[in-house]
Amino acid sequence: MTSVRYTKDHEYVRVEGDVAVVGISDYAQQQLGDVVFVELPEIGKVVTKGGEAAVVESVKAASEVYAPLSGEVVEVNSELEGAPGLVNEAPEGKGWFMKLKLSNPAELDELLNEHAYKDFLDTLA
Amino acid sequence: MNREGRGATTPHSIALSGPETFTGNRALDLEEGLIFEIGRIEVTGVDIAEPAPFRDRLGTQARTAPLDLPGLSEPEAMRHYVRLSRMNYGIDSGLFPLGSCTMKHNPRLNEKMARLPGFADIHPLQPQSTVKGALGLMAELSRYLLELTGMQAVALTPKAGAHGELCGMMAIKAAHAARGDGDARHVVLVPESAHGTNPATAALIGYQVRAIPARADGTVDPEAVKAALGPEVAALMLTNPNTCGLFERDVVAIAEAVHAAGAYFYSDGANFNAILGKVRIADLGVDAMHINLHKTFSTPHGGGGPGAGPVVLSDALAPFAPVPALVATADGLVLVEDEGADGAEQALGRMSAFHGQMGMFVRALAWMLSHGADGMRQASEDAVLSANYIRACLMDLMSAPFAERPAMHEALFDDTWLAGTGLTTLDVAKALIDEGYHPMTVYFPLVVHGAMLIEPTESESKASLDLFIAALRDLAMAAKAGDKERFLGAPYYAPRRRLDETRAARAPVLRWVKPAQVADAAE
Repeated sequence: MTSVRYTKDHEYVRVEGDVAVVGISDYAQQQLGDVVFVELPEIGKVVTKGGEAAVVESVKAASEVYAPLSGEVVEVNSELEGAPGLVNEAPEGKGWFMKLKLSNPAELDELLNEHAYKDFLDTLA
Repeated sequence: MNREGRGATTPHSIALSGPETFTGNRALDLEEGLIFEIGRIEVTGVDIAEPAPFRDRLGTQARTAPLDLPGLSEPEAMRHYVRLSRMNYGIDSGLFPLGSCTMKHNPRLNEKMARLPGFADIHPLQPQSTVKGALGLMAELSRYLLELTGMQAVALTPKAGAHGELCGMMAIKAAHAARGDGDARHVVLVPESAHGTNPATAALIGYQVRAIPARADGTVDPEAVKAALGPEVAALMLTNPNTCGLFERDVVAIAEAVHAAGAYFYSDGANFNAILGKVRIADLGVDAMHINLHKTFSTPHGGGGPGAGPVVLSDALAPFAPVPALVATADGLVLVEDEGADGAEQALGRMSAFHGQMGMFVRALAWMLSHGADGMRQASEDAVLSANYIRACLMDLMSAPFAERPAMHEALFDDTWLAGTGLTTLDVAKALIDEGYHPMTVYFPLVVHGAMLIEPTESESKASLDLFIAALRDLAMAAKAGDKERFLGAPYYAPRRRLDETRAARAPVLRWVKPAQVADAAE
């Protein structure tokens, strides 16, 4: 079963086997506006939950993308270099940022599930 | 290729009264190509004699294709730049409400003083004995900056605000190193309401940045600072007044907590113009602060001239000020050029090749002297009054966050008032261009949704402010009345229509390329 979890900083995590796909949520891309540049980490980089993992730049602002979970970067979406607009078109699909090999899968429980994230978004409106 | 933004069509609701012209010019609004589009290699503005016959030694390196330099005659060159300048908008053409960067009138007296030959025609490599007057001016400027801030030392060499930040933070790093805790302290605290250059500066010299969230009222909570402090923290960087245009009222408590934890307090002085003559920076517990001469003291900037970002330092940081440093000796003023020399034993090094922006020093001191203590205080008061006047006059139509407190020198609005109109902050900014104003700062500060930040400065009369307010009120009412076309297609009347910002960022054209196909087809 695949389930998507979210952070309050609007990153999402989708666990597929022993790796987690990380990106920014649909709400985040809407807030940012047209994404024009994505800076991805190097493969092999070890990230800790809440630490800086990537940078996303839109016509409005440059923002940090925090690692929702601790782990090692095993793959990055290099398509974003030439086509940053994928983040707007399909944030949870082709617009993913990186894949992490989790070092502490238990951290997953600390993240919001889809329902809780939706409730959280309602509080921001 | 540079003409793409120019719209050929006019919307139905805002029809121009005349036909499209054959030339693309619209009376005094003249169309103008890039210099590479209008220049021709065979044309020149000067008569240069043909070189005598010579044998070159270029061999296979000799150029075979034409050089394609854009030649223009003198009247053509003159017209090119005058036409481009007419598409520009500056503080000398109208109110420039950019909240992120103070754009105030640069008095012509400043310019007259800066052009005095004794200041304008000197060179940094002249012997010091021949520039005593210039050194005297720098000393007088330093005395004024220290008097206005209550601080102990000033470094004049940084070339602009962010460079000044870097200088101040390098002084802090040098102080920690001298104290022996340089390695242990690797974190710098930066509130969310700080200028974006603050975290960038800290990161540039190897610090890890830790963000401090803002309170609901838009200011920094001393408790949040205390919670983030520790033996690993080197400094706190605080912008005051902050980017929401609010004075950090708890700044003294924050400074005390920072010092108690063994860290230094850096204050971003970009907004010093709001508190000049009202607050002595030293009384707030500040260890280092840069002063943008080009903002607070009216010297031109933003394409109009170089900046200057002197840094004032506390007792603790004064020994680490960079060279060249101005030192008073028995023989008069001396610029100490070498770190380690007398008067600069612990200097952090050199921030720039020479002594700083002399032309800006002259202008800033001219502004100080012509205003006097009462005039400088009034400049701050008028800047704050103007911002609050704008906010009060627009509050019923637009929405202002943190409105329970008076603003400082900036009036901040969010986009709540646009809800349901289908319009965004960007659309309002573009419509303001059609009304003859440079837009305010938009989407900054980041902590406010769809922010519109307006800084009128003390330069504007009440009549001028009233006209600006009327324009914004008319736009706000039009937005609420559903007149969307006025906004979505704006600007209609600018030399270029709305540009595609997304494409410009995703696929920037950074260099002019000769349109080969067009040239071939013409042959």
